[in-house]
Amino acid sequence: MKNIVMQLETLSCPTCAAKIESALKKTAGVKDPEVLFNTSRVKLYFDPKIIDEEGVKSVISKLGYGSLSVKEIS
Amino acid sequence: MKKLSKKTLVIIVSVLVVISYILHKTIAYHPITIAIMLVSTAIAGGPILRRAVSALRYRIVGIDALVSIAVIGALIIGEYWEAAAVTFLFMIGDYLESRTLEKTRSSLKSLMDLAPDTARVRIDGVEQTLSPEDLKKGMVLVIKPGERIAADGVVLEGTAYIDQSSITGEPVPVFKEVGEQIFSGTIITSGYLIVEATQVGESTTFAKILHLVEEAQDAKAPTQKFIERFSRYYTPAIIALSLITYLITRDIHMALTLLVIACPGALVISVPVSIVAAIGSSAKNGILVKGGEVIEKLSRVQAAAFDKTGTLTEGRPSVVSLHAYGMSEEDLLRIAVIGEAYSEHPLATAIIKEGANRGIVTAEVPENPEYIQGKGVRFMLEGETYLLGNRALFEDNGIDMKAAIKDIQTEEHERNTAVIIGTSEKVIGLIAIADKLREEAFEVIRQLKKLGIRKSVMFTGDSKGTAETVAHTLQLDEFRYELLPEHKVEAVKELQKKYGSVAFIGDGINDAPSLATADVGIAIGAAGNDVAMETADVVLLGQKLGSLVDAISISRMAVRNMKQNIFFAIAVAATLLIGVLLGGVTLSIGMLVHELSVLLVIINATRILRFAKRKKYTIL
Repeated sequence: MKNIVMQLETLSCPTCAAKIESALKKTAGVKDPEVLFNTSRVKLYFDPKIIDEEGVKSVISKLGYGSLSVKEIS
Repeated sequence: MKKLSKKTLVIIVSVLVVISYILHKTIAYHPITIAIMLVSTAIAGGPILRRAVSALRYRIVGIDALVSIAVIGALIIGEYWEAAAVTFLFMIGDYLESRTLEKTRSSLKSLMDLAPDTARVRIDGVEQTLSPEDLKKGMVLVIKPGERIAADGVVLEGTAYIDQSSITGEPVPVFKEVGEQIFSGTIITSGYLIVEATQVGESTTFAKILHLVEEAQDAKAPTQKFIERFSRYYTPAIIALSLITYLITRDIHMALTLLVIACPGALVISVPVSIVAAIGSSAKNGILVKGGEVIEKLSRVQAAAFDKTGTLTEGRPSVVSLHAYGMSEEDLLRIAVIGEAYSEHPLATAIIKEGANRGIVTAEVPENPEYIQGKGVRFMLEGETYLLGNRALFEDNGIDMKAAIKDIQTEEHERNTAVIIGTSEKVIGLIAIADKLREEAFEVIRQLKKLGIRKSVMFTGDSKGTAETVAHTLQLDEFRYELLPEHKVEAVKELQKKYGSVAFIGDGINDAPSLATADVGIAIGAAGNDVAMETADVVLLGQKLGSLVDAISISRMAVRNMKQNIFFAIAVAATLLIGVLLGGVTLSIGMLVHELSVLLVIINATRILRFAKRKKYTIL
């Protein structure tokens, strides 16, 4: 399991945050996603055997939100 | 199309909408008019539809879905103008909202921008520039005026004025010299320092503050959690309502308009914007507040319990008065400073510090010092024997204290510690030392009363007499004395039973359990004290007790703001609903009012950011 924090483009409504969060929850290989509205960030764990960073990014971009940076937490 | 910025798209759509509106009014629904309206709808509405569809794939029905259905419906029934207007308004609303939202978040962003990006270090006598991440403990940093300090450290060489506002919220630069502690994220306004790094990277006080503030922004308030749960069921319910309306009335305009006006945009944003603005405003004033829940709790505090030492007082003894008999105060102090040169007792530290403040710094040391346990010291200086200590020391040596007895009694009555200085024949002076009350303590207690805090209570491990004096001076409502740390926890619980919500204000030394027990634990000057920073709900940076009043005021302002926003959002939705049912509110008017209400809610929250400027009182 890898733990990452992603900085997204500014989220302008809390429902967008809720939407991204439930989409990630339903994505295979992603665990405990948490979308932070005020800081426009996503925290999550993912299993590198099932999905990679790009895969996570594409779930979010398909919903219409760009990701600016990804940082791994040790 | 993706390459065009949001701003460009907004401009293009605006132009198209204006042209189509003019055509609509002049030549009515001409094919050209319709074509322009359709292009405009496609540009503005495309992303909305795309987001709605992708969300539906994850079985989420959001605002995008509501708007998409309404627009498609409008197109089907031939209301091209309505479709163009709704998508345009939604797009421009979204754009303006994210711009204003940035503002509510800006004071936090400006704090984060203070993070240093380079560090100049001296390795083997050669200066080189490193990234702050590559710094190691023990490295020697060279910092010049205007530069940001990249690590916590101790000054090895040089003097400087440092702007510590990022750590303390205090804008006046502070003078630093050899041996003093400096913090990462602060800025040298003038001077030059060579510093040894003691904490680097994520372990610096500044990094910890940043981390706490970041976490705080998204620690949700109970009100927010409620609204989120509510909106999860709300949107699907609206679609159902719209469908039912259509089935009953067969009025498709009304059904579609319902979808648009029922968007919960203003409601869901009402709480987070107020919270983030309050956290930002607090941070700008040197106050760390850990999230929305803390803000709500802080606004409801009924009683404030203060730890005495280090919170109401400065926490370290200092000289409060000097009495010299037959010599100047400076000469007396010089003898005392030399006599205490070897001692590390807090009283000695206070005397040496007072000497330094008055420019008495000497390398001289006492000759043949003889320490008498619990009483003081006897030493030789320039051929004369001196005694320095308490009454017992002088009584034991049979030295007449007549000259000083009145002053000694006065000081003891004031609960100050009297350090007596004499020769082998007579008393030559007296230095009174006390743990001074913070200058702003009295004013803070007075302001709390004004804010309607029912009781201000002091906790102390000291004796009844000392406690009484302090409580009387500060006009505290109650005090508890001779308390051990575990007693303090009990006392907090007792207050909770009596008054409800209790805030405990302490310095984090020995009182972490009380900080945790209170409804709101407030730590003062906890920079560098990790336990206090982690345990407390609110941290007053830079040793400023006055910030307590600001913290409570901001939290109340934020809660008021939140309530205004929630009320306003619901009132607007209700008014629109009535408007739709009575007729007269079209799709585009509904969308316009809805977007305006969201904007107003955000703008209302930015008022919290102006708190500092509106402050009606001044506290040191």
